[in-house]
Amino acid sequence: MSNQIAKKQKFSFADFGVSALLWGYAAVVLLPLMLVLGNTMRTSREIFKNPAGLPTSINFDSYVRAWQEANFSIYFFNSLFITVSAVLLATAVSALAAYILGRYTFFGSKFLLAFFMAGLMLPFRLAIVPLFMMLNNMGLVDSRMGLILVYAATGIPFSIFILAAFFRQLPQELSEAARIDGASEFRIFGQIMLPLVRPALATVTVFQFVPLWNDFFFPLILLRSTEKWTLAVGMTRFFGEFQTDWSTLFAGLVITTLPLIILFLLATKQIIAGLTAGIGK
Amino acid sequence: MTENSEAKKKPRRKANVGVGQSAPPWPTIIAFLLPAFVLYAVFMVWPLIQSMYFSMYEFKGLSREGFVGLDNFKELFTRYPLNEQLPRAFMHNIAFFVGTMAIQNTMGLLFALLLYGSRKGKRFFQTVYTTPYLISALVVGYLWSLMLNPLFGPVNQILKAIGLDALAHPWLGDPATALPAIILVNAWQWMGFPMLLFAAGLANISEEIREAARMDGATRWQLFRKIELPLLTPVIGIVTVLTFIGNFNAFGIVWSLGGVDGGPAGSTDVLGLVFYRTAFRGGIDAFGLASALAVLMFFFIFGISTIALKKFRKVEDQLT
Repeated sequence: MSNQIAKKQKFSFADFGVSALLWGYAAVVLLPLMLVLGNTMRTSREIFKNPAGLPTSINFDSYVRAWQEANFSIYFFNSLFITVSAVLLATAVSALAAYILGRYTFFGSKFLLAFFMAGLMLPFRLAIVPLFMMLNNMGLVDSRMGLILVYAATGIPFSIFILAAFFRQLPQELSEAARIDGASEFRIFGQIMLPLVRPALATVTVFQFVPLWNDFFFPLILLRSTEKWTLAVGMTRFFGEFQTDWSTLFAGLVITTLPLIILFLLATKQIIAGLTAGIGK
Repeated sequence: MTENSEAKKKPRRKANVGVGQSAPPWPTIIAFLLPAFVLYAVFMVWPLIQSMYFSMYEFKGLSREGFVGLDNFKELFTRYPLNEQLPRAFMHNIAFFVGTMAIQNTMGLLFALLLYGSRKGKRFFQTVYTTPYLISALVVGYLWSLMLNPLFGPVNQILKAIGLDALAHPWLGDPATALPAIILVNAWQWMGFPMLLFAAGLANISEEIREAARMDGATRWQLFRKIELPLLTPVIGIVTVLTFIGNFNAFGIVWSLGGVDGGPAGSTDVLGLVFYRTAFRGGIDAFGLASALAVLMFFFIFGISTIALKKFRKVEDQLT
């Protein structure tokens, strides 16, 4: 401690420089976001005149316009429904598979784990042509269900990667005691093991949510009718139509992003754990 | 903590963890694995395999016609305008990758170093720097295209207001600056990610090694150059490969800043956009051509990242 203080005094000039750099970059990140937020409460004319000005009153007209006139209410609930369904589906099937792959070795178990892990590195979007044709044959183009299935599949490799590592670390005694009492494998999984990996489940759920909510590529190709669009696709049309109405545009950007910011604030730990998964502790 | 039980149990493998336990009967194993396997195999793996197959067929719209061998691949490099767009887009992807490594990842390392230890506000800065990663690439693109708007954009207005008129510039409208602008905007969005990875890597370096180096009179720079940097090799490897995969798959950010044609004048066109245009805005035989392009991109991206990971692992082994 005293050592640190001594060092701090010695390098106070350098320390000042570091602080300036840290705050400077924080401003680079935050100012554009603040500007967007502030400008949602100003009229487009005010924005054109001085884009960096402060709002003069608190009003949410632009949000109401984006929500109602620009169909953001529809897009929002589509995004929510599709993302939540896909994440739940992927997490459920991944937990089952990760449990068996993490806790037991059997013929082919190593190969299967590698098979799932390969998905972490596959540039998956390149498969869109056969995927599109397959979904078309199944009647799943322009369907929310089709998108949910595709999204769930993309979430599986990462979820199994994380969950298998957690299941592997649980002590053997727990399941053995239950097995002696005659519990089935499913009960051991559901009632004993699953609750113990809750932190990993949280990481996997939260971490899958972000890229799916933000994805633009698959809905652009797989969804046709406006009433099924997600926020990301809805945004592209909105941007064209409301080109000069910056106030509404900014509100649309906020509506699209806000759920994730809230999620991040509630689950910073899980998101950081997901981002740094595989590196140290 | 469980020495007793260990002695009692004669574990087959690692002490008292689950691995090595006698496996449940096959029907149970299959029941657990099947849902994930089917979903993953049908919607992820099978389409990728099919791409390779489709690349050797002629398509008429959605219907697959005769086998054409490698004709689709030849078409990619001979048919106008693909023969011009593809190499150009490829070079843009390379530039995107190099620029991102130089700017975004160097900054990530710098901020990880500055925030190393228990600097006040560490958590705050980490959170702030990571926030833009949450925002959709599309939103980031639209946000910055408004910020950089040459008429009303705040960036130019602010530059003018503080007397830097010379720097006010239609960044996205000028083919010379459009791609660099996209690299910067993308770095703005993603810098937090390498920073967190480097921070995790730095946290793994034991305090004793640093202390020993300090006792030997190492300066901060020497400590970084001789100790931290070599020990970060595995993390640098992961960051490099993830950057490579990310940049060669770039789509949303370029779409929202440069449009579907990678404007202005194709100066921001990348492989992801060329692939999309070939598949969904191409002619009647688009699907065969797009599949061929997918196969080339797939082998390039997957191949290079696998080789790179192996190389980095070798360096890592030499270190330890």
